[in-house]
Amino acid sequence: VLIVPILFIIAFDELKTDYKNPIDQCNTLNPVSYMIKNSSLFTFINNFCYLVLPEYLIHAFFCVMFLCAAEWLTLGLNMPLLAYHIWRYMSRPVMSGPGLYDPTTIMNADILAYCQKEGWCKLAFYLLSFFYYLYGMIYVLVSS
Amino acid sequence: MSAPAGIPPRPAAAPGGARAPAARPRAPPCRNGPVQSQVHFPSGYSLNPENYSAPSTHYPQVPHEAIPSQLDNQYIADYHSACYSVPAQSVMTHSIGPGMLNTQQLYGGAPHPVESSGGLLQEAVSSASHLHTSVPQSYSAMSSHYISSTSSSVASQGFPLSSGHYAMPSVSSAVYPHLSYPAMSIGSPYRQVLTSQSLPAVGQFKETNAFPGQSTIVPRTLQQQVTLGYNSTSWSTSDFQSAQENLSRNHTGSVAKASNQINTVGIVDSSHPVNQNVQFTKPGVETSVSSVVTSSVRTPAADHLIEPASVPSSTQPPESLLQEAIDSSSTTSSASPVTNNYDALEGGGYPDSATSSPAPPPQISRNTKPFGYGYPTLQPGYQNATLPTSAMQPSNPGHQSGFQQYPQQYPGVNQLSSSLGGLSLQHSQQPESLRPVNLIQERNILPVSPVLAPVPNLNSDLRKLNCNPDSFRCTLTNIPQTQALLNKAKLPLGLLLHPFRDLTQLPVITSSTIVRCRSCRTYINPFVSFIDQRRWKCNLCYRVNDVPEEFMYNPLTRSYGEPHKRPEVQNSTVEFIASSDYMLRPPQPAVYLFVLDVSHNAVEAGYLTIVCQSLLENLDKLPGDSRTRIGFVTFDSTVQFYNLQEGLSQPQMLIVSDIDDIFLPTPDSLLVNLHESKELIKDLLNALPNMFTNTRETHSALGPALQAAFKLMSPTGGRISVFQSQLPSLGAGLLHSREDPNQRSSTKVVQHLGPATDFYKKLALDCSGQQTAVDLFLLSSQYSDLASLACMSKYSAGCIYYYPSFHHSHNPTQAEKLQKDLKRYFTRKIGFEAVMRIRCTKGLSIHTFHGNFFVRSTDLLSLANVNPDAGFAVQMSIEESLTDTSLVCFQTALLYTSSKGERRIRVHTLCLPVVTSLADVYAGADVQAAVCLLANMAVDRSVSSSLSDARDALVNAVVDSLSAYISSASNLQQSTLIAPNSLKLFPLYVLALLKQKAFRTGTSTRLDDRVYAMCQIKSQPLGHLMKMIHPNLYRIDRLTDEGAIHVNDRVVPQPPLQKLSAEKLTREGAFLMDCGSIFYIWIGKNCDNSFIKDVLGYPNYASVPQKLTQLPELDTLSSERARSFISWLRDSRPLSPVLQVIKDESPAKTDFFHHLIEDRTEAAFSYYEFLVHIQQQICK
Repeated sequence: VLIVPILFIIAFDELKTDYKNPIDQCNTLNPVSYMIKNSSLFTFINNFCYLVLPEYLIHAFFCVMFLCAAEWLTLGLNMPLLAYHIWRYMSRPVMSGPGLYDPTTIMNADILAYCQKEGWCKLAFYLLSFFYYLYGMIYVLVSS
Repeated sequence: MSAPAGIPPRPAAAPGGARAPAARPRAPPCRNGPVQSQVHFPSGYSLNPENYSAPSTHYPQVPHEAIPSQLDNQYIADYHSACYSVPAQSVMTHSIGPGMLNTQQLYGGAPHPVESSGGLLQEAVSSASHLHTSVPQSYSAMSSHYISSTSSSVASQGFPLSSGHYAMPSVSSAVYPHLSYPAMSIGSPYRQVLTSQSLPAVGQFKETNAFPGQSTIVPRTLQQQVTLGYNSTSWSTSDFQSAQENLSRNHTGSVAKASNQINTVGIVDSSHPVNQNVQFTKPGVETSVSSVVTSSVRTPAADHLIEPASVPSSTQPPESLLQEAIDSSSTTSSASPVTNNYDALEGGGYPDSATSSPAPPPQISRNTKPFGYGYPTLQPGYQNATLPTSAMQPSNPGHQSGFQQYPQQYPGVNQLSSSLGGLSLQHSQQPESLRPVNLIQERNILPVSPVLAPVPNLNSDLRKLNCNPDSFRCTLTNIPQTQALLNKAKLPLGLLLHPFRDLTQLPVITSSTIVRCRSCRTYINPFVSFIDQRRWKCNLCYRVNDVPEEFMYNPLTRSYGEPHKRPEVQNSTVEFIASSDYMLRPPQPAVYLFVLDVSHNAVEAGYLTIVCQSLLENLDKLPGDSRTRIGFVTFDSTVQFYNLQEGLSQPQMLIVSDIDDIFLPTPDSLLVNLHESKELIKDLLNALPNMFTNTRETHSALGPALQAAFKLMSPTGGRISVFQSQLPSLGAGLLHSREDPNQRSSTKVVQHLGPATDFYKKLALDCSGQQTAVDLFLLSSQYSDLASLACMSKYSAGCIYYYPSFHHSHNPTQAEKLQKDLKRYFTRKIGFEAVMRIRCTKGLSIHTFHGNFFVRSTDLLSLANVNPDAGFAVQMSIEESLTDTSLVCFQTALLYTSSKGERRIRVHTLCLPVVTSLADVYAGADVQAAVCLLANMAVDRSVSSSLSDARDALVNAVVDSLSAYISSASNLQQSTLIAPNSLKLFPLYVLALLKQKAFRTGTSTRLDDRVYAMCQIKSQPLGHLMKMIHPNLYRIDRLTDEGAIHVNDRVVPQPPLQKLSAEKLTREGAFLMDCGSIFYIWIGKNCDNSFIKDVLGYPNYASVPQKLTQLPELDTLSSERARSFISWLRDSRPLSPVLQVIKDESPAKTDFFHHLIEDRTEAAFSYYEFLVHIQQQICK
């Protein structure tokens, strides 16, 4: 039952790390050289915005899957994050396209630090849940 | 004050001298060290008396070639004064110019620019700067002698000197200029006498003559010295003890303290002249003191007479420099690689070796010693960051050149700062800025004269070199060492910049290589240290760099081998003409596009006539060269373009009505060369106001018009000026009214401070990417959602002007304001395709920027256009503690293309000391800068969170900082509201902020007005912003010449500032309120008829009209005084403010009374209530 979610998790984790890298690069590594490589912060932000929505959608999709599979514990674990995602997207800055990050304020040290922290926390959460799903899958396979 | 008595001399010296390092054997003094060479070196070698009498000159060490060196000195001294007396008040500069020369001669050192701009204060202040000079010098002299005490004759000579300066430490750390001044006069002349006695050097007796009394005593003092030299320990102990006693006896009067100390010293020294000098310590006798100094400098003063001849007039330096530089430019091309990005152009980051290379090994110093005299000219100015070891070298002091001090280990600074760490100001006298002020009891908190920026507590060499506070200011002039200390102080740390300010004097440097640090790309500046002739150490990242060959030649003096005399090392504000390495593309021409609203609303308001007329008048004054291009776009529900191609008989209008998919009707000839098509442009401008008179079109398609403008501009970049008169209602970017008029005076939530759509922001970012700035002129009578519209200027580095309820005839004040603003707008300088980078000493980092720009990376702002009226603010944070440095520097580099198509870099460098104690942090607080920074932060907060949050944050800023201060100063009563003198205006200014349009609640404020005030806070430079927040109020019906200053042969009266309270207004008086962009003259009901007659030109109060906007030119004394005062106020700022005469019963008086911020209103505290509120918060 859990095999499909796991495949997705792997993809998602990759996605997650992809998502993590730019921020990491942008902040902790040399920001300037990164900017030079990417020619402009603006394009970077734009690319980056496209990843936010898929992430949220995939996570929501997982939650639906867990709901269908009646995995109540797993669903319960994921609900806070889902709620956070919804809140986060509701309170995003005014913008016409999809996206979360405003290029004009992202360089504010507070916002940047917040985004980075958020990224790390989510990465940790996804990793832990990935292993938890893996464990669940093996457990199901072994017991069946 | 509380230093334990009987400490051995060396530590004892420490508590006294906040600036002077303790002379511990292992921690040699640093900054002051080089000065020591002034003491010794001249004794044997120098024939130039300037070295003595003018210890603060930049060239204490005279090169071998006597004559050229003199020329150098004079030249550069003058050059300095010329370049520095810059402030925007050109008028002042003129009048002060000659005065400055005088001062130089009198005091022997170029007075600090900032201080000189103080006008009348000039003399006093420059003497103050002097005193600081003398302090470290004498101190270092002393410390050096402690170390090499018994060794040589010269050392022993120095001894009485040093004892004489025992008085200094306390004085130096205190900011009592007048008190300590006499101490300096003790120092310098006396020193001369001594040295000249012991080492008979020709030429110095001349000066000695000026002090007959002293010279006779010299033998005596010499004897004394010998004994002193041997018993140094016991002697200074006793000395200090007695000083202590005196101190403890005089707790109240600081004046008494200082003089007492000097007395003590005099007694210990038991040398007559010193006692004599003590007399000078009485305040008010400065004239006699200065006369002493004068006489000592008279000889050099005579030499100065040739100055004017040898010095190019002040306006010339750019050209002459340029020429010479071209002559001299060797082919060494700069090593910077070809880059493909503006970021890279301006440079930045720490690409390689981010950690600075370690300080040079000690051998270097030994190696370089032999150069000693051959390379005598490295001067103390560079020494700031380095600690001269020479102070502890027992080598023959007579032969010390300045040189040995240069090869300093950086770690040495560690020792300095650790030794400084012990020097809490509380141990010495409390400086003026720390004097506790009981806010509740002190009724007249506002000073009589405008508040000046505090001067950083640096030694005088650095202080003179430091950046003008008008361009560059820091909220804390003493930088706390750690973030923890900063958090404890609860004060914001940040910079306020006005980088592109109009300067009357600016050294412009043309050189094929612009010398920059190889790792952090910092431009060479006055605060770097030269390790030897060939290498310099970056003061930001501490990397050691090579001095390029070309830099060795000084085009100013046409001499070789004096890199430290180059203008870029002598001026903290310089402009480089950049080579092609700094270009991504050929410099763009000046391109101006005007986007004009011609809908019914706009035509009815009648702004078109004013704009077209103003542009016609200033068409030739638009900054630009032969390539300048200009274009026009008008819009209502359609967008109209104008073909102005040369050769057409008349302008051709092209209408595009497809506003959903806007396109350019012709690819070219919409932007035309100004000079080739001038006639057509003039025709158009004449015709335009009448073309739309009968329009019925009420819609406004601003969005499509802007998209078209962007398409038009994107190939070149330039400036788009948008004139808009209503809410955009068609096409992309249309907006809806969001304001609920019933909520205008709500005390609760103020909504819609942020944009409604991101269309304008995106457009601005696109424009910014194409080097195009959008300036917005909003002239509307209704709500036009400025919060959304302003985005187009905010992120493209444009500027915003707002004229509420504009109408050409119904509202003449606004019409006049538009006229004046446009004149300035058309003719002011402009920089295209600019980037600005702010660098700071390692350990500090930039937290947030405020202003109109797009942030491209952590320290780089992209400014499509930069204008001279734009200010910026930067919040800083301390990432690593600054333990290994005693000075921090900030450098802004603004790279732009001038309107003449030159690529230029304007560099400002600011240097500030690092302190370790909380008291020092408070002592250095710059309350105006802090308030401006807080205002910027509060704007951000109210947009991102809510207005009430921002208001709370402002109040908390005061509460936190004052309670932190009260708890840090344990000797104060906890129950009273006490502030250090430096922060005494803090609550007042914050209250003013809370009552400012941007943040006030309860009073009816239109949303657009509020948003505009917020935009202004973000983008105005400090001086203007302060007047917006806290206007200046003067009483002008009784102007007298008392204290008046002379500007350009005019007498400008200086009435005292009044506090902003109705209690100061009397019905019998007339008052002028200076709000920055507007002057109000309020006339009381029973105002003196003679004032109304003589100044306003009306027979009595009743006949004065309601709308009077200028003062008539009457031939009476009081009219002349009033007019000269007002025009003097006007001249001090770039935007000429409008004048509005308000009668006591006119409806406009509410505007005036809103500015009386100390009074109570229905919705807000009075000043006293506010203080009580703060006190309650603190006690909680």
